[in-house]
Amino acid sequence: MARQPRQERQEPETTGHEWDGIREYNNPLPRWWLWVFYATIVWAIWYSIAYPAWPLIEGATTGYKGWSTRENVAKAIAEAEAANAAINERPASAELTAIADDPELQAYATSAGAAVFKTWCAQCHGSGAAGAKGYPNLLDNDWLWGGTMEDIHTTVTHGIRSEDDPDARYSEMPAFGDILEDEEIAQVANYVMTLSGGTPPDAEAVAAGEEVFLDNCAVCHMDDGSGDIFQGAPALNDAIWLYGGDYATIVETVTDSRFGVMPPWQTRLSEAEIRAVTVYVHQLGGGE
Amino acid sequence: MAWFVFWGYQLFIVLAATGYVLGATQSREYAEPEWYVDWWLTIVWLAYLAIFIGTIVKRRERHIYVANWFYLSFIVTIAMLHVVNNLSVPVSIFGSKSVSLFSGVQDAMTQWWYGHNAVGFFLTAGFLGMMYYFVPKQAERPVYSYKLSIIHFWALIFIYIWAGPHHLHYTALPDWAGTLGMVFSVVLWMPSWGGMINGLMTLSGAWDKLRTDPVIRMMVISIGFYGMSTFEGPMMSIRAVNSLSHYTDWTIGHVHSGALGWNGMITFGALYFLVPRLWNRERLYSLSMVSWHFWLATIGIILYAASMWVTGIMEGLMWREVDANGFLVNSFADTVAAKFPMYVVRGLGGLLFLTGAIIMCYNLYMTVRRSPAIAPTNSAVPAE
Repeated sequence: MARQPRQERQEPETTGHEWDGIREYNNPLPRWWLWVFYATIVWAIWYSIAYPAWPLIEGATTGYKGWSTRENVAKAIAEAEAANAAINERPASAELTAIADDPELQAYATSAGAAVFKTWCAQCHGSGAAGAKGYPNLLDNDWLWGGTMEDIHTTVTHGIRSEDDPDARYSEMPAFGDILEDEEIAQVANYVMTLSGGTPPDAEAVAAGEEVFLDNCAVCHMDDGSGDIFQGAPALNDAIWLYGGDYATIVETVTDSRFGVMPPWQTRLSEAEIRAVTVYVHQLGGGE
Repeated sequence: MAWFVFWGYQLFIVLAATGYVLGATQSREYAEPEWYVDWWLTIVWLAYLAIFIGTIVKRRERHIYVANWFYLSFIVTIAMLHVVNNLSVPVSIFGSKSVSLFSGVQDAMTQWWYGHNAVGFFLTAGFLGMMYYFVPKQAERPVYSYKLSIIHFWALIFIYIWAGPHHLHYTALPDWAGTLGMVFSVVLWMPSWGGMINGLMTLSGAWDKLRTDPVIRMMVISIGFYGMSTFEGPMMSIRAVNSLSHYTDWTIGHVHSGALGWNGMITFGALYFLVPRLWNRERLYSLSMVSWHFWLATIGIILYAASMWVTGIMEGLMWREVDANGFLVNSFADTVAAKFPMYVVRGLGGLLFLTGAIIMCYNLYMTVRRSPAIAPTNSAVPAE
């Protein structure tokens, strides 16, 4: 392997070492390399004097600039809160229904509410508020618990079926698998599909299903299937489904029931934030 | 004993992999395997250290070549990092679960002291050791500067070990510790580049080989990615930059330009050098395949890193975007949706890189299969 390197005009000296055929030139350190290295060291020393750096027995040097990440954050938050203080109080003290009448307040509450929504609500309801299976769409005018300002405000504040808040909205559909025969459940599922104009797989079961419906379901969902927001009973006569409107899903819902939970937000959000997100959700399109 | 290290390390990999699959994990980044695996690795690693030092002690020549310094620092430091970061008390002798000796911010700091120096001493020092051997061998040129190799070696290993706290800017870690990590990271810039200079300048007088030897081209691009990553790293450790880059895909891009570009390419170069020599072959099966590998891998890494820069900076800006009243403008899901096209580019880049590696495997396999005597009959495509 000991091949000779081709001749250079000025071959630098080697160190004389040779290891497995590798030799080493004795070139000096590149000037620019050395000076940049020195410069970074000088900069490092300056930085460690200017900023918090040297640990002591108690704490550490704070640096002559008095810079601190925690204080910077606290200051930035305090500044933002001070700047918003005047307008921030108004949504909390104004009548809920009056917010929409004040364009400035409405604009503020909507952008504040959008920020709250994106941080806390989007995980379940989607960043566009269109919902998902089991999580209601907030863009339409189909409301489980009511779509007025007050209704939305109560739902956000106390949550739904939450054990953490005694004032949470509560309702519980029985699991009819324990109450009805499988045949009856099949019949009522066929009937429910017809309420919103669907085509049931077994048209002959519809008449019997209506009987079952009137005896067991109408007390909450009403005779015509229009639902009841006071009990949180969904309307069954529209094509909007929280868990799905196909035959198999309806059988599953009737048999096992559903028990969706929403947390109460008063433990985490301020009244101003809850009101802001109420305004935001209300103006998305479905507010009553 | 070398066989013990080889098979012992294979067993370690199997143990670590089964731990992932079975859910036995310490939840420490790059140190997921539980205590029983850690013990086994410690034994294997110490045997590795013993072989290495024994070989150095028994050497028959006075001079210890620079590649060996880097290897020794790599083996010793990894042993130290591994043992300290994995200090833990097993819950029971028959169970895989253990509890770390550290908690809270001390735990985070230990983890990133380990994590950063695993990069520093394994992926940097260890691979610089490879570079210092294979680049002069393949180029058939002397190393550029012995003096530079001494200075940058000692500077690198002294400074690297302090840089870990830059992974924990703007966390519960005190500001002074963040400063420590940041200034050492910036000072580390030139010592890191010392390796790049020595690698690239070794080729001076042999630059024409870039045209004729795709293996050299691979090594040069590897050193190029090394230089870029070791500039990018100190830059990202600066608090103001880090406040934008941290937790974003920028970090992912940085790591991959280093891992695929530097570690990957120098490894490919080393394999192309080693395989013909280990199997006594005259040359590689196909140099044009090496060229294909080179271009696929290079374009792949560039697509990968560039797309991660774009998404990283974009999501960093989207996360911090607030309106006039200080309210957040984007939800997290908005940033994920915005990144989608760049993820397609990233996937394409990774695919190109993988394709190149598969071509290499085929090329190396054919190099071994094709005995020099019966070369013409065995190769459908004539070697160049």
